[in-house]
Parts: sequence; C-alpha cells; structure tokens
Amino acid sequence: MAPSVVRLRGLTRRFQGPAAPPVLDRIDLGIAPGEFVALLGRSGSGKTTLLRTLAGLDPVTEGEAVLPQRRAVVFQEPRLLPWKKVWHNVALGLAGEARATRDKALEALREVELSHRAEAWPLTLSGGEAQRTGLARALVRQPELLLLDEPFASLDALTRLRMQSLVAELWQAHRPAVLLVTHDVEEALLLADRVLVLANGRLAEDLPVSLPRPRRRAAEGFDMLRVRLLNILGVDEDGHDAAARAA
Amino acid sequence: MSASTAIADRATAAAHHPARSRVSARVRGGRFRRFLVPLLLVVLWQAAAQAGLVSSRLLAPPLDIAAAAWTLTASGELPYHLLVSLQRVVAGLAIAITAGVALGLIAGLSRLGEDAVDATLQMLRALPFLALVPLFILWFGIGETTKIALVALGATFPIYLTLFGGIRGVDPKLLEAGRILGLGRAAQIRHIILPSALPQALVGLRYALGTAWLSLVVGEQINATAGIGFLVMDAREFLRTDIIMVGLLVYALLGLGADQLVRALERRALAWRPSLIREA
Repeated sequence: MAPSVVRLRGLTRRFQGPAAPPVLDRIDLGIAPGEFVALLGRSGSGKTTLLRTLAGLDPVTEGEAVLPQRRAVVFQEPRLLPWKKVWHNVALGLAGEARATRDKALEALREVELSHRAEAWPLTLSGGEAQRTGLARALVRQPELLLLDEPFASLDALTRLRMQSLVAELWQAHRPAVLLVTHDVEEALLLADRVLVLANGRLAEDLPVSLPRPRRRAAEGFDMLRVRLLNILGVDEDGHDAAARAA
Repeated sequence: MSASTAIADRATAAAHHPARSRVSARVRGGRFRRFLVPLLLVVLWQAAAQAGLVSSRLLAPPLDIAAAAWTLTASGELPYHLLVSLQRVVAGLAIAITAGVALGLIAGLSRLGEDAVDATLQMLRALPFLALVPLFILWFGIGETTKIALVALGATFPIYLTLFGGIRGVDPKLLEAGRILGLGRAAQIRHIILPSALPQALVGLRYALGTAWLSLVVGEQINATAGIGFLVMDAREFLRTDIIMVGLLVYALLGLGADQLVRALERRALAWRPSLIREA
C-alpha cells in the first residue's frame, strides 16, 4: 500500500488545562493517497478540531502529525472575499504569472460549472454557487489533501444532492485524499471509502465502505451500514436518542 | 440575452405590472417634490422681506443674495476667495489623510504600534481641538500655517479612528481562509485586511471632510486676508448680510460637494456591496 498522506499518532488536544478531558484523545489515523474518508460525530465531538489540525490551523501540542504540503479546505460557510470577483477569489494565493493563474482559476470554475459567474461579486452568489466557488478555490491548488468541513450543511436539500455528486465527480477526476466532516450518515455513505466516527475525543469506529460506485441509497447493504452508523452515533433508525430512551 | 430583448422584456413586464410603473413615476415625481417646501420657504422669505416684515439689514432677502453672488462672481472676488479656502482645505486634508492613514496602519496592524500610538491619540482626541487655537497662534503665528494645521488636526482623528477600527474588525475567518490559501502577512494585509477596513475608513473620510470645513470656518476668522471666511468677516464690518449669506451658501455647497465626491469614491471602491450592486 502507498505511504499515507496523513499520519496522526497519539494526537491529543486540550482546550482547558491538563486536568480537563481532552477534546481529541490519542487519535491514531492514516489516510492513503486518493482515499475518501468521512468523519462523523455528534456536535461537540471534536470533528472540526480534528479537521483544523489536519489543515494546519491548530498547532500540534501532544502527539505527532505528518501532513502533506498541499492542503486545501472548504469551510461550512464559503469564506470568499466579498471585494474580489469570483475568479479572483479562486486565483487568490496561486503562485505564478497573472495570466496563467487567471486561466487556472477559470478552468477550475468551469469544472464546478460556474464559468458564467466568473466576473460576479461573491455576495450576489446563491449558497450553492458560493460553495462551488469554494470548491474551485480548493481544487485549483491541486491539493494532496482536501478537507471538507460540513460544506453542504447550510444548503437546501436539492442543492446538497447536486453538490454531493459534484464532489464525487471531482474527486474521481483529481483523486486527492479527502476528509469530509459531516453529521449526515447518508452523505458519508454516498461518498466515502471509509467512515470514521468520533466520540468523546476517540475514534469509536473505522468502517470501510465497499459499496460499488456510483453509490445509491437503494443499493443493497446501504441501509444496513446506515443503521449501524446511526447506532454507533447513539440514534435509532427513527431518529430517537437511544441513550435518552434507555434511561 | 441581447440588450434589445432585455428592453422589450422590461417593457412587457411594465405593461403587465402597471402598478410598478406607477410607483417608479411617483418616485421620480418625489424627487422634485422634495424641493417644493424649501422653494416655498424661499418665496415666503422674499415676500416677507418685500412686505417689510423682515429687516433686510439683518437678513438680506433671497434676490439680494443672488444679486450679491452674481456681482462677487463677476468681479472675480468670490472665485479668488474660494480658491484660497479650497487650497487650505486640500492642504490640511492631505496632511490629515497621510497622518491618519499612517497612524491607523501602525496602530491597527501591530499590538506594539497600538501601544505606541493609540493612548496618545485618544487623549488628544478627547480635547476639543478648536481649543488649541490660542496655542496654534502662538506656535504658528496668524498666517496660513495655523489655518492648515487646524484643518489637518481636526480631520486626522476620524480617519485614524475608523481605519484602526476597520482593521481590527476584520473577520478572523477570512484571515484563516487566507492563511490556508498560502497568503503571507503582506498579502493578507493587501488582499484581506485593507479592503475589509475600507468601508469604515471611507465613513471616516466623510467625517473628516465635515470637520475640515468646520476648522476652516474657525481658522478663517483668525485675522485672515483672504478666503471665504475673510469675505464673511469683512462683510460683517459693513453690515452686508447679503454677502454673509453668500459665504454661508458657499460653505454649504462645498460641504455638499465634498460629500458627493466621497459618495462617488464609495460607489467605485465598494462596488462589491450588495446595496450598490442593486443600484447599478
């Protein structure tokens, strides 16, 4: 197997003093090149903290982390610079001659089907368009590791479906390693090779998903995996909180 | 869609929505209607003066003011004094913008700079700067320097404060995104921090212009031999309320013009803001 692009060993992260329970507790994780990993967890489980560490935004204070050079992030909110036109946002920070970076940006926008909005101001974009711009901005850097922090969470259901298949296509075309943070079990199963569940700062589950692609919700085995993941997350099939009901 | 079909579409849309076209007609009419009351007041003022209800020695009637404005313009007197006043404001503002922007950048971009600059400026700002006039006269005499220094001092603070506030108000999430995109500190300042501070800084510029006129009025009453303020003070000696009114009118128009200038600047520099996009 190819060497991992990401390797975490014993990664621990605390926000309060050493006595408080850590947000991330001795995490060991490897991600192979081109692997699509989804990270599930309830809110407050430390998903975003783990993603920020992988992005290099948070320092590693305990444990070790080996990260690739080229990393890109798509955040939950698009985080575009409103005073720069869409293509300029995509080109921002790219090294090279102005003409060449512009061409690269336009090419990336074409891939996310946003060529017609290249000259638009970001504040005039719809939610889906803004997230696609964010995706183009990440892809144009040809990342070895693409981090997606609940990028579809604030989109309407139909737009979310389109975005999910767009991400699947782009991943197949470019093959970066992906870590998708989400709280949506079906989304994880539609996209990922492997689903991780984070609970109490530990990786509680590491579940390979071998369903054939393109994935369908109706596929055999899909529902079984879904129920299993929901159970690990502490929710039964009808959405009730299992722990609360047991009490 | 071609332009002609767009126009045709709009025409049909208007035909389908007679209510909407009526509204826009009302808006256009409203723009003139706004000037109706001021116009009426001027007419009443003129009528009152002619009926002898208002002493034209104390308050010149509008027609006299217009005549005075015409005479002063034709003789070249008004343009001359206007130019002198404008030069003072431009010189003072140039100093204020340079100083305000430099100090705002120093304090905004580094903690060390903030510690060095901010407390001093906040203390100075607490002082009504016009109270410094006696000191300025001692330091700079009664010539141009005092007048320009007054304008510069008054206008520096709003520019400094708004730029400082704007820089500190930058969205940390955008900075974080910039960091991931590989922007260094200089690029972050150029692409993220300064553009995000610009809307506030332009508000500051508008305040600065207002303060600049105020300082000019005060400054030009200190032993001036030229300028709109001199024109007004000189007219007072001869009880020429018509010329005084002309001076006041010029001040008002200058203030208004400066404001329009900043607005135009905003429309250009802040074209990305949704409200402005909609106007376009």
